[in-house]
Amino acid sequence: MPSDFFIPDPEGQVPSAEGYFGAFGGKFIPEALVAAVDEVAVEYDKAKHDPEFARELDELLVNYTGRPSALTEVPRFAEHAGGARVFLKREDLNHTGSHKINNVLGQALLTRRMGKTRVIAETGAGQHGVATATACALFGLECTIYMGEVDTRRQALNVARMRMLGAEVVAVKSGSRTLKDAINEAFRDWVANVDRTHYLFGTVAGPHPFPAMVRDFHRVIGVEARRQLLERAGRLPDAAIACVGGGSNAIGLFHAFLPDASVRLVGCEPAGHGVETGEHAATLTAGEPGILHGSRSYVLQDDEGQITEPYSISAGLDYPGIGPEHSYLKDTGRAEYRAVTDDAAMQALRLLSRTEGIIPAIESAHALAGALEVGRELGPEGLLVVNLSGRGDKDMDTAARYFGLYDTDAEVAADEADIAEIEGDAK
Amino acid sequence: MSGNIQLLTDTLAAARAEGRSVLIAYLPAGFPTVDGGIEAVTAAFDGGADVVEVGLPHSDPVLDGPVIQTADDIALRGGVRIADVMRTVREAHAATGKPVLVMTYWNPIDRYGVERFTAELAEAGGAGAILPDLPVQESALWREHAEKHGLATVFVVAPSSKDERLAQITAAGSGFVYAASLMGVTGTRESVGAQAQDLVERTRATGTGLPVCVGLGVSNAAQAAEVAGFADGVIVGSAFVKRMLDAPDHPAGVEAVRALAADLAEGVRGRA
Repeated sequence: MPSDFFIPDPEGQVPSAEGYFGAFGGKFIPEALVAAVDEVAVEYDKAKHDPEFARELDELLVNYTGRPSALTEVPRFAEHAGGARVFLKREDLNHTGSHKINNVLGQALLTRRMGKTRVIAETGAGQHGVATATACALFGLECTIYMGEVDTRRQALNVARMRMLGAEVVAVKSGSRTLKDAINEAFRDWVANVDRTHYLFGTVAGPHPFPAMVRDFHRVIGVEARRQLLERAGRLPDAAIACVGGGSNAIGLFHAFLPDASVRLVGCEPAGHGVETGEHAATLTAGEPGILHGSRSYVLQDDEGQITEPYSISAGLDYPGIGPEHSYLKDTGRAEYRAVTDDAAMQALRLLSRTEGIIPAIESAHALAGALEVGRELGPEGLLVVNLSGRGDKDMDTAARYFGLYDTDAEVAADEADIAEIEGDAK
Repeated sequence: MSGNIQLLTDTLAAARAEGRSVLIAYLPAGFPTVDGGIEAVTAAFDGGADVVEVGLPHSDPVLDGPVIQTADDIALRGGVRIADVMRTVREAHAATGKPVLVMTYWNPIDRYGVERFTAELAEAGGAGAILPDLPVQESALWREHAEKHGLATVFVVAPSSKDERLAQITAAGSGFVYAASLMGVTGTRESVGAQAQDLVERTRATGTGLPVCVGLGVSNAAQAAEVAGFADGVIVGSAFVKRMLDAPDHPAGVEAVRALAADLAEGVRGRA
């Protein structure tokens, strides 16, 4: 029986055998990791063509994750989007609260096929870390999660979740102490422990085959959304909109729509305090091609190739790189990328909460803010699908501080001083 | 002006003729300052290093342990630029007449421009480069320019490298082969381990004429002597950097580098 949920990209499309999407991608890795990365590629290729792998993954996606995820129309929110019809693809309703579980279950099955007993992963907002810790609990795998120290503070709830699930959480104190540095530390661990360890990479970046493999595990998002929209709205959307940090939820939504030339693919990058301030993580808007974490793609860097420290209120988007396929889609013009500020994202977060009773993750709120703009541009005839990639529970502390929702201002001030100290140290 | 690949090759051949291994030291440029770094490199040569690898610090040194990360961080906060790295190579080579390599990650060179970088490195008197995150299959452009400018391309091999891969790497490399003694990032270790000797033997079994030098984890003369028993060279990095970090002041740090180099130089001659 063909799979309903695991539908890898048809053969013959990008990337090339060397892992290139046009000029982007490749495998810029130390020699010590070449054998391990090649093993992942070989095992994934075998798994992709093995009906038993698809059956196992389908079973998990249905009975554990809860797929297919709902498609929710949000008319009260849409009144603020120029009257366009807006549908949300509810990846927030997946088990563990985000899209991340799609990729994690696929790679966890692969880990088992490779006979490895230990999994490591990086996490920014903690969503990938929670999903990975969850799968490791389910499969009985040892689990270590690397997380920037700044992020362990702003996403403390997810740190507790990971520990509850039995994972070791390592707070990374190097560099900007955010997602980029967590990935550096995970690579260092992998080099030293590669014999028994799989690096369960959480986004569509990194060396080949990760960008293509992680994309394939998330293609289900767009495949479902396309089918659901055709049933519910009777036509394809004018735009498919998603937030982009590393780019996994966006590529998952976009991919099924790639052949549909009429569908605009819109990625929303974190503009932080504004691209013009320099305090942002808008890699495709303000970056230049370079190499970070194993592949060539757009990168935020200075004129001598030093990676610059990104900033976003959203830990999950606070990354100076981007998956190579997004760089390819930008340069070919098939997808468009716009930058959304912290403030615009937070306003969209509150708007969706109050008009529809859905509290989105701050990451996903960037896509909602983008949807408000695109909807206004399209007007009442417009039809949009937005990937609601995660739920906002983890962000309540950040949101409460941003909007002043706490009763005890003194406690808040004390905590803010702590955070300022950590972030100051990281500068 | 052509780079000093021949000087590097001659240095390794001369040591082999003497029946000993070479000592290769690593120190980052700009650490603790550009001038201070040049003093440290020169002191390593004075102490007895045959070759020095000058590190071009990178914001994201994924193959380095905490010691070199700390030094890179100090250098970058101090504002080190590629021009400073070139000056370090130039002055260290001019003062000693010995071969100096650059070790760095690929992105700074990719961004700077391969032609510009190789031309400037050759002009500064450099002998070549080690680029541990540029695997052989992505290295054609670099090698074309390195060859044009008389610079060695030193590739890293690892215990996990399969034999056919070792053949591919040794065929593409020049100068020498950097054999990583263990699976891990840079840093000092209690022991170097049996993996290193096996890797050196497998690398030589490819039929390569290139010398095979061992790095990662070596920190003292006894370890250097052990490695010198089976390898053409001993590469020491973190132990030098750690001496500088631990020293009470800069002159003491430079002196500690000189003393460690002298100690290790005895080791590579089998006198530990």
